[in-house]
Amino acid sequence: MKQIIFGLFIIIALQTQAQSDKYTSAMVAALSELKDAKVADDINAVAAKFIRIGDAEKNQWLPYYYAALTKARMSFMHFGNPDDLADEANTIIAKAEAISANNSEILCVKSMISSCKLLVDPQSRWQEYGAKSNQFIAQSKAADSTNPRPWVLEAMGLKNMPEQFGGGCKRAKPSAEKAEALYSIFKAASELAPTWGKDLVDPIIAECK
Amino acid sequence: MVCKKLVWVAFLFISFIITSNAQVKVNGLVKDNRGRPLKGVSISLKNTYDGGITDSLGKFSFKTYEKGKLTIEATFVNYKSAPQTIELVKEPVSVTFIMKELVNELAAVTVTAGSFEAGDKKRAATVMSSLDMVTTAGSNGDITAALKTLPGAQQIGDQEGLFVRGGAGYETKQFIDGTLVNNPYYTSVPDLAQRGRFSPFLFKGTVFTTGGYSALYGQALSSALILESIDLPERSEADASISSVFVGAGLQHLGKSKKSSYGINYGYTNLLPYFKVVKQRPDYFTIPEFHSFEGNFRIKTKKGIIKYYGTLAHNQLGIRRPNIDSSTIKNAFGLKNTNWYNNLSWREDLGNRWKMNLGLSYSTNLDNINQHLQDLQNNNVTTGIGFLDTTNFTLDSRQDLSQVKAVFEKKLSGISAIRFGGEYWYAYNKNNYNHYDYLLKDQYKALFAESDVYLTNALAAKIGARFEHSSIINKANIAPRVSIAYKTGKEAQMSLAYGVFYQKPENLQLQYTTNLGYTKATHYIANYIKTTNARTFRVEAFYKQYQDLVKTNPVYNNDGDGFAQGIEIFWRDKKTIKDFDYWVSYSYLDTKRNYLNFPEKLQPSFAATHTASIVAKKFITKWKTGFNATYSYATGRPYYNLAYSNTTNKYTISDSGYTTPYSSLGFSVNWLPNLGLQKKKTFIVLVASVTNALNYNLIYGYNYSNNGLIKQPIRPAANQFFFIGCFLSWGVDRSQDAINNNL
Repeated sequence: MKQIIFGLFIIIALQTQAQSDKYTSAMVAALSELKDAKVADDINAVAAKFIRIGDAEKNQWLPYYYAALTKARMSFMHFGNPDDLADEANTIIAKAEAISANNSEILCVKSMISSCKLLVDPQSRWQEYGAKSNQFIAQSKAADSTNPRPWVLEAMGLKNMPEQFGGGCKRAKPSAEKAEALYSIFKAASELAPTWGKDLVDPIIAECK
Repeated sequence: MVCKKLVWVAFLFISFIITSNAQVKVNGLVKDNRGRPLKGVSISLKNTYDGGITDSLGKFSFKTYEKGKLTIEATFVNYKSAPQTIELVKEPVSVTFIMKELVNELAAVTVTAGSFEAGDKKRAATVMSSLDMVTTAGSNGDITAALKTLPGAQQIGDQEGLFVRGGAGYETKQFIDGTLVNNPYYTSVPDLAQRGRFSPFLFKGTVFTTGGYSALYGQALSSALILESIDLPERSEADASISSVFVGAGLQHLGKSKKSSYGINYGYTNLLPYFKVVKQRPDYFTIPEFHSFEGNFRIKTKKGIIKYYGTLAHNQLGIRRPNIDSSTIKNAFGLKNTNWYNNLSWREDLGNRWKMNLGLSYSTNLDNINQHLQDLQNNNVTTGIGFLDTTNFTLDSRQDLSQVKAVFEKKLSGISAIRFGGEYWYAYNKNNYNHYDYLLKDQYKALFAESDVYLTNALAAKIGARFEHSSIINKANIAPRVSIAYKTGKEAQMSLAYGVFYQKPENLQLQYTTNLGYTKATHYIANYIKTTNARTFRVEAFYKQYQDLVKTNPVYNNDGDGFAQGIEIFWRDKKTIKDFDYWVSYSYLDTKRNYLNFPEKLQPSFAATHTASIVAKKFITKWKTGFNATYSYATGRPYYNLAYSNTTNKYTISDSGYTTPYSSLGFSVNWLPNLGLQKKKTFIVLVASVTNALNYNLIYGYNYSNNGLIKQPIRPAANQFFFIGCFLSWGVDRSQDAINNNL
């Protein structure tokens, strides 16, 4: 009898193992699909996949994180209505945040979403979304001082802002260098954890010599 | 035994693998409730990773290892998610989803007929923000002047007010946080338009309705200018200003918890230095001088805000002009005014989808006006000539208005809503004219209800009615208002509006007789708007019928009538050229009315047939400087000499004509030297502007001599107005504002 129970335990353990392997392999597959997706429809399909994984898993923040990140990028690239995409991203990232609060990576995405909202109509949205975007960057830095990504976002924001408004190379450079320094010691927490961003600061460093 | 168990385990394992192995294909179709395929809908098997997304034909297909009864769900932004149960065995499964659109505020159409919304941050397509108003060349920071660059409003320079679609200035009323402003402008001076009392920066939202406005507002035949004051300021700040005509200082304090704020302001205007430099046509024997104190507080409540704004202002001026009938005498006009305005409002979300807006307002306006004939040595004289001496007068006038207004809103299913409420005004007007007292008291009550009905995201209606009673004329009315809006495309919509509007006769008429009824206007409006984030195109056609206008000759009654019809076009583009923002407006107006002493239906002298404006703004980031230009043009306005005959007791047109066209080019430059320099504590804005840069000779109309033989053009006090000013603020980086406007 004991052995039966023991056997069942093994089965359950193995199934759980299989389950989490299933999660990892599904995520790895989705991440690689994301890499290859070039047109809006394909990118959107991958985002939908992340959401499905997130909905099924219930306590993994990464699927929602990637789904929101993808939607935010689509908004930036005007793959669809940028305003609607940013709103969508916002609903999704809220689910990630409900699972993992005060998460440096999630706060980065929130900053990106605020920037997306801002870019739709900078003139009338600067005050609200410009402030929000900066605030999330600050929170992200505070949540994890080793995360280079808030520094990437800061460097990009400053680089794109006209010098006369307090932006430009000169002000972007220190943030880009800080990001670069953090990347050199950065170690991803897992094979699924976010690693992006280095390719975004390299050109800033190169240009702002 | 052990062996047996191992067999068991192996069996379980194998069965697990087998059941997981055979994939089932799921495919299907997603359509909306009108049968159109939906693209991009996410399909998922609940609690699994499996699913897909629909293509442009609404089709989807995916494979799954799952077996048994499962929930399959279609989700799509702005659509109601649609779950279904399917049974997965072996055979491919086909599912069809029909999704219903959710009605929500972002996707839904808004009723726009007759209104220009400005400064509302929720919608990207705002027409005019407060910063737009102050950077509109030629406006000199005056709300009314800036709004005149929008279609529907006339370019009138000899009287203050917004003359909208063939309506007189007094047919437009201003409302701040729901309540009427009794004296929105400085007291009238003959033939010289006065400025508005309120700064554009007091308001976060402005709705300029050129007709067909909501049942929540009344007593304006033509137009309602609905202003919503700002909530808590962003930060504490101190500011100061010095310019060619005024100095000012203010303080705005935001509480540490950001739950409350207060502020005070003082401004002093004196035109003496300016008049020394720039010659004025009239002889100012009292230089225009203005003092104004402002105070405000704002307190955040549980789910709302209480706001107070008050201003106490005093001004005086004296103006002397040649008399048209005699070269040996002059007309001297003197004015002293004190105005105290208070507005207290409370906006609260009561929960359970109820909202409340309360408004209290009290204002008193004291005028001391006298007009006297003077000889060439500027001494008061009496000529002994009747028609001349009757122009001498003294007037002490007091106008008080107390108001209370309550509006309740209940959101119904979806975003449909019903609003209702009431208001009560007590007006006390006491005039002492040449030592005769006239007292007018009016208790005005109104009840109103309005509902927003959203049938779909694409079709909405606003249906309302207003019941009013005024004690002074002891008459009641019911004014229905209806408008519908239909979304014709992604960013385009059409609206239709119909409404009846009543207005009490003016006090000067009531002073003569209270045996009068409401004047009435019926509006019919159709408009089309296409708007993207940085571009707006709007075309609007209207017909307005005037009834029961007040006639003052041959007898006082409500026998006047008239009409106005026209087409207006507006185009704004912030996008095509980088850092360049421009708008173009054009109004065609055909209007005639018979009112006051008109002998027949005439095109009133405040109505030009064609009016157009071009406003352009260019910010050069490198120089931190903005350049703004406004050009306005209007065809000539009619003028009449209505001569009174003692024998027939009637007026006849003894002379008439059209003025030369109105044409004015304004420029302004604003330089923000500390823009973006975060270390600088002082934020500086330097402004220089000129109106009528081409020094065009503006003629607003003509005054006639008593015998009708001499006519004199009505002209501004000076063709041009020059302004140089320096605005400083500490504590808040105004860069935000500037970036705001120019990114």
